Amino acid sequence: MSKKSKILIILLPIILILAVSVWYLSGQNVAVLQPAGVIGQKERSLIFIALILSAVVVLPVYALTILIAWKYREGNTSAKYTPDWDHSRVLETIWWGIPLIIITILSVITWNSSHALDPYQAIASKVKPIQVQVVALDWKWLFIYPKQHIASVNKFVIPLNTPISFNITSDTVMNSFWLPNLGGQIYAMPGMSTTLHLMANKAGSYYGSSANISGKGFSGMNFTADAVSSNSYNSWISSLAKSKSVLNLNNYNKLALPSTYNRVSYYKNVPDGLFENIIMKYMEPITNGSSI
Amino acid sequence: MMNNLANILGKLNVHALPSSPITAGAVIGGSIAVLAVIALITYKKRWTWLYKEWITTTNHKKIGVMYIIVAVLMLLRGASDAGMMRLQQATSVGSAHGLLSPNMFQQVVSAHGTIMIFFAGMGLMFGLINLVLPLMIGARDVAFPFMNSTSFWLFAFGAVLINLSLGIGEFSAAGWLAYPPLSELKYSPGVGVDYWIWSLQIAGIGSLLSGINFIVTILKMRAPGMTLMKMPMFAWSVLGAMTLVAFAFPILTVTLTLLALDRTLGMHFFSAGYGGNAMMYINLIWAWGHPEVYILILPAFGIFSEIVSTFSSKRLFGYKSMVWAIWAIVFLSYGVWLHHFFTMGAGANVNAVFGIATMLIAVPTGVKIFNWLFTMYRGRIRFTSPMIWFMGFVFLFTMGGVAGVLMAVPPIDFQLHNSLFLVAHFHTMIVSGVLFGYFAGITYWFPKTFGFRLNEKLGKYAAYCWIVGFILAFLPLYILGIMGATRRMDHYSASLGWQPLFIVAGIGASIIFIGLGLQILQVIVSIWKRNETKDLSGDPWSARTLEWSTTSPPPEYNFALLPVVNQRDAYWASKHSKTKTENDSYSPIYSPKNTSSGFFIGLFSLTIGFSIIWHIWWLLIIGFLGLVLTIILRTTSGEHEKVITVSQIEKIEIPLNGGTKA
Ligand SMILES: [Cu+2]
Repeated sequence: MSKKSKILIILLPIILILAVSVWYLSGQNVAVLQPAGVIGQKERSLIFIALILSAVVVLPVYALTILIAWKYREGNTSAKYTPDWDHSRVLETIWWGIPLIIITILSVITWNSSHALDPYQAIASKVKPIQVQVVALDWKWLFIYPKQHIASVNKFVIPLNTPISFNITSDTVMNSFWLPNLGGQIYAMPGMSTTLHLMANKAGSYYGSSANISGKGFSGMNFTADAVSSNSYNSWISSLAKSKSVLNLNNYNKLALPSTYNRVSYYKNVPDGLFENIIMKYMEPITNGSSI
Repeated sequence: MMNNLANILGKLNVHALPSSPITAGAVIGGSIAVLAVIALITYKKRWTWLYKEWITTTNHKKIGVMYIIVAVLMLLRGASDAGMMRLQQATSVGSAHGLLSPNMFQQVVSAHGTIMIFFAGMGLMFGLINLVLPLMIGARDVAFPFMNSTSFWLFAFGAVLINLSLGIGEFSAAGWLAYPPLSELKYSPGVGVDYWIWSLQIAGIGSLLSGINFIVTILKMRAPGMTLMKMPMFAWSVLGAMTLVAFAFPILTVTLTLLALDRTLGMHFFSAGYGGNAMMYINLIWAWGHPEVYILILPAFGIFSEIVSTFSSKRLFGYKSMVWAIWAIVFLSYGVWLHHFFTMGAGANVNAVFGIATMLIAVPTGVKIFNWLFTMYRGRIRFTSPMIWFMGFVFLFTMGGVAGVLMAVPPIDFQLHNSLFLVAHFHTMIVSGVLFGYFAGITYWFPKTFGFRLNEKLGKYAAYCWIVGFILAFLPLYILGIMGATRRMDHYSASLGWQPLFIVAGIGASIIFIGLGLQILQVIVSIWKRNETKDLSGDPWSARTLEWSTTSPPPEYNFALLPVVNQRDAYWASKHSKTKTENDSYSPIYSPKNTSSGFFIGLFSLTIGFSIIWHIWWLLIIGFLGLVLTIILRTTSGEHEKVITVSQIEKIEIPLNGGTKA
């Protein structure tokens, strides 16, 4: 076999695999790379910047590896052989220095982006933010709209171009609230409230999940987030206000019982302070902490 | 009466036996294998041999071999767990729910991670260190041979305990690090998490003892003339890794103890509510967990340093840089643990500091890679199978490193944390870095240990299968993570379009299994045809360091005369120097006696662990008394060393030196 056909045999399957994957992925929702919200879009740019900076080191490594391995193979006796040459101040300065410079640049980017994209920081916008309270339960997500006194399970709707402020807790073990199309996740922990700010700018129905293992129903702990126009959002809110079920404490305690692969359900008349009470439950001394 | 009988066995009863056909099959298969081995030993009348030569040995080379045998068995167990996970995720889509129930799948996931890190990874690491480190620094054994035997038996009985969970009870379903509150009694009422705690506790104490042992060995037992800066790079890597062990493993011991107190005595260190704080656990476990990654990887880096230099027939490039890089990694690896939970919401300042510290580790790691490449530069590279593993490592590890740098940026981590991207990242680091390194090391030092080489052809095929299989198995996981797939899912909906990628990952895993099969075949074929690859010179690779200056396999005492070192690559130098060193005459060698104490300390620790898991309190008392008694008997018994006389040494050495007296 000639050298050329050998190279071809290696290259062809690689090209084929690449082509098939690109074709396949073009029809799919590659959530992190196809963000539908401002935060996700900024996070995607960060991924690309970090990739490009890394390439400055990685590509030379790959090229050097192939070149050196080929040139200094045992069979090539014409190549220079210096068995005792074992250091060079110039070379070593280069490979301590250049990665250090790149990491310094990345550090500045990290510092700035960590602050700019801090999930606790409200998104600057003229539109008034909407508050959504998120409760991880065994094994479903409860979304409470405290101002509107409605709630839903495993699905919520938000208006486009409106900052959403999620307050997140758990009424069971730790979970992680992840909505990749809008950008990011934050842990849901019992007895605590964490915060995540997101804003959608493309209409659509987006997949979300719990990213942290939480027991046997964990894989079914998915939800959909619909980003819609403000008209559709308003009509969704008013339709929920006419739901059959009421989320009083009794019904909440029933809902909080373990169940798997829950369907979407809606609730009206959510009492004030439900979210806060769920958190406070874990602050009490040893008595009976099982229900509110 | 019935009640009393039930109480005697604590929580243990007939329900603890396996109920699913898959577990039952595995338990029956495993039991048959164990019985077959017992029958074979009995039939061949090898029990005394086993007891005298292996169980009670304090010789570092034999302990090394036993570590590797246990680790390989555990690697196979962990790999079969991985196979089940790939099968489940390729098939459990939409209306189909796969072979495993959610709980069983989560047990498999947890067992895979725990076994691979604690028993396959740590076992191969301590095995290789035991095999070669004393030889490499010109020592006759480790500093504390009895402690070494104890460490091994704690490790081995930890492995026994984790495998008992397969047949008696269940294993943890809370992930390999068992985060509370999920791992608390309220949410995991079974014995699974207790098995996790106690098998790690027992093995972990063994690791801590080993860490101390090797630090002292390196600092105090080097051959005359071998200053620290003349040590082989593997010795430096081990010193770095063992320093990490000495400071990280106590954290693990304490964390596991606190969790055990929560679960067994109803305390509330980490529980949800009642003042417990699960975030404390997550901080503590990663304050051990991140150094742990470097504990595994530094020795692999050391192995690559030896291999690249040997097979390039050239001095290691940038020795001093390499040493500084190791200590930079050791130092930094204590200050980055928070990158495992940027998503906890610690705030931008904290996240940014830990993100930057994490990225800094890329600098010394990159330096090491460049130094290896320039060791090859202007060398004469022999592409043996260890070098194939190294080449695979450079390509994959660099790629995985980029993924690591990405996730060190907190806002990027918010998108990729706990996704399959993360899973792909750390598998790239651990498989290509740790596992490839250990495979290369086993191939490299096999002839030193057993006196014959492994089959090269099969070794290379295995390496190719691993590399190709790895790419196919894990590239899809990187993509799936970016598509929004989280880790540890036993099921997902068909509309997400993930299944084809999971199927490709399954094909990749199958290719890895072919590689694993080839490695098993390689060992069998190599033993079969061992006469063709006999190593009579003691130096089959034309290598550089002291372990190659003695015979293969080395005598019990390693070196009849302790080598004297004047420079790095001492053996290479002595081969190429014209002046032959003057031979001294032999003097008697003090060698540690065999002891069964290590074995019994391990066995009683297993008893203690098992009895706490099942709340069998009388057995706990027996285990505890047994442990204390063993230690008292050992410390009060007289002579722990035997003397190998000059005539005994001559009997071994003279035939080796072609009949001439030293
Ligand atoms: Cu880490």
